[in-house]
This record gives sequence, structure tokens and C-alpha cells, in this order.
Amino acid sequence: MSGEDSTDAPEFETESGYEFDGPGMPGPAPDERPHPEGRRNTHGVRIDPEVEAKPRQRTAVVSALVEHEPGVLSRVSGLFSRRQFNIESLTVGKTTVDGHARITLVVEETDAGIDQVKKQLGKLKPVIQVGELDDDAVRAELVLLKVRGDEPDKVHAITQMYEGQTLDAGPRTITVQITGDQQKIDDAVDAFRQFGIIEIARTGQTALARGDTPTTPGEEPGHSTEPKGSTYRDETDADDETN
Amino acid sequence: MSEQQPAPTEDDRADADQTADSTRTPVTTGASSAVRALENAGVETAFGVQGGAIMPIYDALYDSDIHHVTMAHEQGAAHAADAYSVVRGEPGVCLATSGPGATNLVTGIADADMDSDAVLALTGQVPSTMVGSDAFQETDTTGVTAPITKHNYFASDPDTVGDTVGEAFALAAEGRPGPTLVDLPKDTTMAETDREPGPAKAPETTTPPTEADEESVEAAARAIERAEKPLLLFGGGVVKANATEKARAFAIDNGIPVVTTMPAIGSMPEDHELCLSWAGMHGTGYANMAVTHCDLLVAVGCRFDDRLTGGVDTFAPEAEVVHVDVDEAEISKNVHADYPVVGDAKAVLDQLTEEIEQSPGVREWRQQCQTWKEEYPLAYKTPEDEPLKPQFVVEALDEATPDDTIVTTGVGQHQMWAAQFWTFTNPRTWVSSHGLGTMGYGLPAAIGAKLAAPDRDVVCVDGDGSFLMTIQELSVAVREDLDITVAVLNNEYIGMVRQWQDAFFEGRRMAAEYDWCPDFAKLAEAFGARGFSAENYDEAADAIENALAYDGPSVVDFRIHPAENVYPMVASGGANGKFALSEDQL
Ligand SMILES: Cc1ncc(C[n+]2csc(CCOP(=O)(O)OP(=O)(O)O)c2C)c(N)n1
Repeated sequence: MSGEDSTDAPEFETESGYEFDGPGMPGPAPDERPHPEGRRNTHGVRIDPEVEAKPRQRTAVVSALVEHEPGVLSRVSGLFSRRQFNIESLTVGKTTVDGHARITLVVEETDAGIDQVKKQLGKLKPVIQVGELDDDAVRAELVLLKVRGDEPDKVHAITQMYEGQTLDAGPRTITVQITGDQQKIDDAVDAFRQFGIIEIARTGQTALARGDTPTTPGEEPGHSTEPKGSTYRDETDADDETN
Repeated sequence: MSEQQPAPTEDDRADADQTADSTRTPVTTGASSAVRALENAGVETAFGVQGGAIMPIYDALYDSDIHHVTMAHEQGAAHAADAYSVVRGEPGVCLATSGPGATNLVTGIADADMDSDAVLALTGQVPSTMVGSDAFQETDTTGVTAPITKHNYFASDPDTVGDTVGEAFALAAEGRPGPTLVDLPKDTTMAETDREPGPAKAPETTTPPTEADEESVEAAARAIERAEKPLLLFGGGVVKANATEKARAFAIDNGIPVVTTMPAIGSMPEDHELCLSWAGMHGTGYANMAVTHCDLLVAVGCRFDDRLTGGVDTFAPEAEVVHVDVDEAEISKNVHADYPVVGDAKAVLDQLTEEIEQSPGVREWRQQCQTWKEEYPLAYKTPEDEPLKPQFVVEALDEATPDDTIVTTGVGQHQMWAAQFWTFTNPRTWVSSHGLGTMGYGLPAAIGAKLAAPDRDVVCVDGDGSFLMTIQELSVAVREDLDITVAVLNNEYIGMVRQWQDAFFEGRRMAAEYDWCPDFAKLAEAFGARGFSAENYDEAADAIENALAYDGPSVVDFRIHPAENVYPMVASGGANGKFALSEDQL
């Protein structure tokens, strides 16, 4: 619209003393300016256009130690919906420390996304510590499966194969429980498909770091129920001093 | 000018506490404990609106020296508290009742959240026995405000409510500032307690680092020494951390050009040779050229908002990035940081200064930046005849007021002209709604700013549309007898929308015409303020003189050129270096 007033507008000197005519402002037009060659990808990382690669997603298990107070879960889940993080599963439960709970999350994101998940989680006031688990972490999930009861023997065989338990068996349905890592659960679910799965409930993965490594950095073993003088606790305490 | 109002020293505060202790009424209820916490934190002014669920708090305020400013609308209270915090550098406080009072605060809280302004909101709530029953004026306030606060609290214990309020106050200001909220059910505030709250203290889990770790500082310092075309990018965090002096010295000692973000306007004097003003969608051509061509971008306390970066793929495409921020989650959120430095801006600038052995040799680059300044000056064409050009009005107001004048704005074209054509030389003088872009911010913000700095001139540059959104706060300015000047740049459009419609929607000006606006000068008089209007340059000069001379709130309705648009402009998501200088370049 600035063109409208420019037609019969008298020449005017601005504060800077710069004179110009024509519509708009002075200076070379966009195409007449020098342009850099470089580019960034969607994560703001500088890229070589020749080898531009789309950032790949990976699955990460994130563990957050939180204050066990009302509203924690809604704050955490609110964060995920607001920031559009891709959450596969989320489990929550108390720890041995009074007033603490652990939230275990499985997220599927790019490296930059996982980094953000951890940092944004860490900012929430009730969150005490956040850690990402190594690939060798101990993980488990529980699934309940209700299948048709037409072939109870076969169902039983599969249940045993996956070291599961039969929780309920009726003339029409059989409900079993399987626990294990993701691969085992997925395989088991596949195996039960042949009977017709009527209903399924999965808890999502929960996990702890292997061996002496604390699951979240600097995490101390619980005080209330931990046996006194356990080697684990001694080592962690020693670790803490160096931190 | 100092960065803040002279704050009382520790000793002053201790003295005040002691004298006050003997005279202050004892804590008797949850409400008086909450108010005591505010007093302990040094709160002098609070903004709010009364109501059923918050009445116990107001009743406790009756016995307090805290100056309570009754606003016409809770949104105004939140914006006033926000502006107060920007100008003072300490948290602003606002109050509202439950339900509609609390929801009316929401826009202001969200605004403070986006701009990292320290605001403490206290909201009344229905008694906890009725929470969840859809009681009269019940809203799940902590639920509604969870995503727009640093943290919020539901205060259910009369013995600890004071400590909770103190904690919320401290948390608002700590590290990266932001809004906090305490929801106060009526039974908590009514209940008897004699518990004196302790000093305001932020929770342990939130304490950010002050100094950055040495390794990251070293790496950043080496990158700066190596750079051939380094550019400093000051964000709002520089002002928030009171690091302006340090940041200026760092730029000048090392001879590195500076661009700012909009919230950081004034952190570097805009008349300084090294200052390239602000970058982004309507930033200066030279700032955007510098961002586009630098080889090292040293960003301090900024969050790389998309109005700053344009399309992230073309943002500073050749540059390695040093990112200094107290909020670790900001690092590599939008733009990847090659050199992350987590710490308080002031502390880190000290560390960097210490660490850098030799300033980079950048004379050529500096000259290049000067060339861009000459090539792309901020300019506008002014026909001698009417109507007025808005840029001229802004320049004239700037000229007629002292250097440390505080400018507040609404949101739209007028906001951009104010930011472009006012030459800011002091921090905490530019008070605007950046991240949320809230129309109606200007007038309540001017009220908050004036109460925060009564000795300074306060000018609100507003748009006709924005002004209408919170115009009722004029009644507050009159009642409080605040010497503020509202300059309405009246184009009878919601101009920024019209500019986009003309550029991107084939000029189909749906719902953009505001020729139904009231006579603002008359309306001002109706509120008890002074009203002026100006249609040409002579009238404008007179009106500016008279409005500024009037000792009280005044409004000038500047009938500006209705077709004027804001340039330069980077198309949304476009490359900063491709800013358009007129519509036909878009
Ligand atoms: C509360 C709110 N509603 C809508 C918008 C969208 N919006 C952005 S700028 C603008 C126009 C503002 O008009 P005015 O205040 O008259 O200022 P001008 O652009 O004309 O200077 C609008 C409607 C907004 N930013 N805030």
C-alpha cells in the first residue's frame, strides 16, 4: 500500500538524511544482495547440502525421579501434549524414598527431540532428576491378553512358552499375563493372535539402569526400606562425593 | 542510567523488618500469612480486582502498607504487574478472584510466560471442600494455568500458605524469570493460623547454575577469537540478568557488532556505532544482513523465536553458534548451538571476558556492517501534506521526551514503528508484548510502568484496535493520577492485519476496517483524562507538546495515513537476508 502515497509524494529528507524516491524503502532489492550458500536443517543444525540427511528417530527410555505430589503426572503429560513429543508409554510408581516416585517414559524422537524431552522435563518443579537409560538397561513390560477359549490347550502351550501365567480361564475366554522386554512381549502378542485377541492391556515399559549405575544421575538408594550397610549404597555414596 | 531503580540494600530491608515487626499486625489467618509473605519479599505495589473467593486476602491487605491498585479488568492487572516487573527488575504481583477473575488473568500470565517476565499471580478459589463440584465461580485454575506458568501451587494448608507464596515469589524471579501462581481456596485463607512465613526462598529442585562450566566457556572463547565475522545477539535475558553494562562493555572491548532481539531493545544504545538495532521480521535491514552473513553468532539470553529467525533453514546459515542461556532447555531448541554455555548472562560474560586473550580482528566485517547501515537506513517517505506519517509521530515523541522515557505499546504496526523509529538507549525502557503479541498490552503496561518508576516519563504508543481492547484502564490512570501519555496511531484499521491481507490475501480486507472506532479524545475526556487529536503535522506538534505538558493521563488521537505499511519485512518463514523493502518485493 505504500505505493499509493508515493506517486505524488514530494521528496522528503528523513532523520538519517537519506534521500530516495520510488516506492518503499531505500537499498538494493532482495535479488541484488549477496546470498550465503549455507543452510540448516529443521533442527537448526548447519548442513552440507550435498549430504543433507533427514534426522532419524530413535527410541529412548527416560527415567524421571519426581516428587510424589498431586498433579505431577498431569504436568508431565501436559508438557508432552504442549510440546508435541512422541510418547510411546509412560509408567509411574513410588520408589523406596518417601515422597518420591519414578516415571519411566519411552519416547520416539530424533536426537534433538530426546534432548528436549529431557531438558524440558528437568525444568518442571516437581522433577528431581532425569536420566536416559543405556541400551543395556533392565526393562520390562506387563501385558494382559484376553483370547478366545476355543483351544485352551494351545493357549496354555503358548503361555508356557512365554513364561506367562493364566489368570482366568472360562468356557469362552482365557486371560493370560506375560512380562518381559519389548521384544518378548511383541512376539507373545503375535503368537496369541492366532486365537483371536479379544482385549489387550499393556502397561508400557518400566526400566532401571543395570548394575551399579544410578538410573537418574546422582540418585541415592532409598533410606526407609534399604537394608543397612548394603554394598550398593556404600558405592553410591562414594560416587556422590566425587560428583 | 542505572539498570534498575535503586533497590533497598540488605541493611535497609533488615531495618525495615525490625521496625515493622513491632508495629505489624500479627498473623492470624492464612490470608494474613500470605500477605505477610508479600511484605517480607519487599512487595510495594500489587494490581488486582476484588471478588468473593479472594476477599480474605483483600481483607488482610487492608492492614498492609502494600499499595493495591484496583484495575478495571484482571487482564489489566496481569499486564500492569508484568510491566512493573520489566521496569523494576523484580516480580510484579497481581490478584484475582476465582473463576472469571482467574480466567481473565490468563492472557496476561501467558504473555509474561512468553516474555519470561517475573509475575506472581494470587487467585482466590472456592473452599477446598467444594473443589470439583462445579461450585459457583469455580475454575480449575492450576489446571488452566499449568502450561503458562513456571510452576503453580494449590495452597491447601493455612500453616504453610505464607511460605508457599514466598516460594512462588522467589521462583518467579529465579534463573529464567517467569510467572508463578498460587491458587488460594477460601478455607485456607480464612483458617486461623499464627505461623509467620519465613523468608521467600525458591525450591531446591529449580536452582540453575550461575557460572558456566569452564570447558564450555573456553570453547566459546576460542571460537570468538577465531571468528572473522562475529556478531553478538543480545536477547531479553541480557536485560533480565541485569547484564546490560557487562554486555555493552564486552561488545565495545572486543569491537564486535551487536544486534538485539525485540525484548532486548535498549540493551545496546541504538545510537552506538556497533549497534545494528534489532533483527527479525520487521527488524532493520542491516541487522538482518549481519545475521545472514556472520560466521559466528554469539547469542546471549535469547530463545530464537521464529519472528527473529524467519525460516530456521536460512537463519545465520554460515554461522557457528555460541548460545549462552541460564535455561538449559533453550540450548539447541530451535537453532543448534555449536558452543552451548549454560549460566547466568552476567556471570558468563565475566567468565568470557576473563578467558578471551585476544579480540578477533574484525575491522573489515565492522565496516561491512556500517555499509549495510548506509545501504538500508530506516526511512519513510513523508509527503508535506496530510495525513500524518506514523513514523514521524514516533520520532517527534522521542525527540520531545527525555532519554530514559519508558515506551509501552499494543501490538500491530504501531508497535513496529515505535520499535523502529524511537531510538532506545537504556535498558528497561521498551515495554512491549513480544512472544504472545497481545493487543491491549500498552495501556495497562503504562500504568504498571509508571507505578514502578514514578519519576520517569511514560508514553504508550498504541493502535486504535489495541487501545480499544483495554481502554477501560484509563479510569485507573485517572484515579491514580498517573502522568502518562497515550499516543494512538489511529489508521482506522487493524493495520497489521490489513497489511497482510493486502500482501497475501489479494487485498480482501475482511474484518480489518475499524472506521467505527469512537472519538478517542472525547472518550479520554469522558474518563476524566485529557484528550487531543491531530490530523496534520502542525496539530501533531501542538498535541505532543500539550499532552506531555499535562500532568496526568492524556490521550492523543493521531489520525495517521491509513495506507502506511511496515517495512522492511521478512516474509513469515522466509530468509532474513531477503527482507522486502516494499510490497512488490514480497
Ligand atoms: C488479542 C489479540 N487479538 C488479535 C490479534 C491479531 N492481531 C495482530 S496485529 C493486529 C492489528 C492491530 O491493530 P491496531 O491495534 O489498530 O494496530 P495497527 O496495526 O493498526 O497499528 C491484530 C488484530 C492480536 N495480536 N491480539
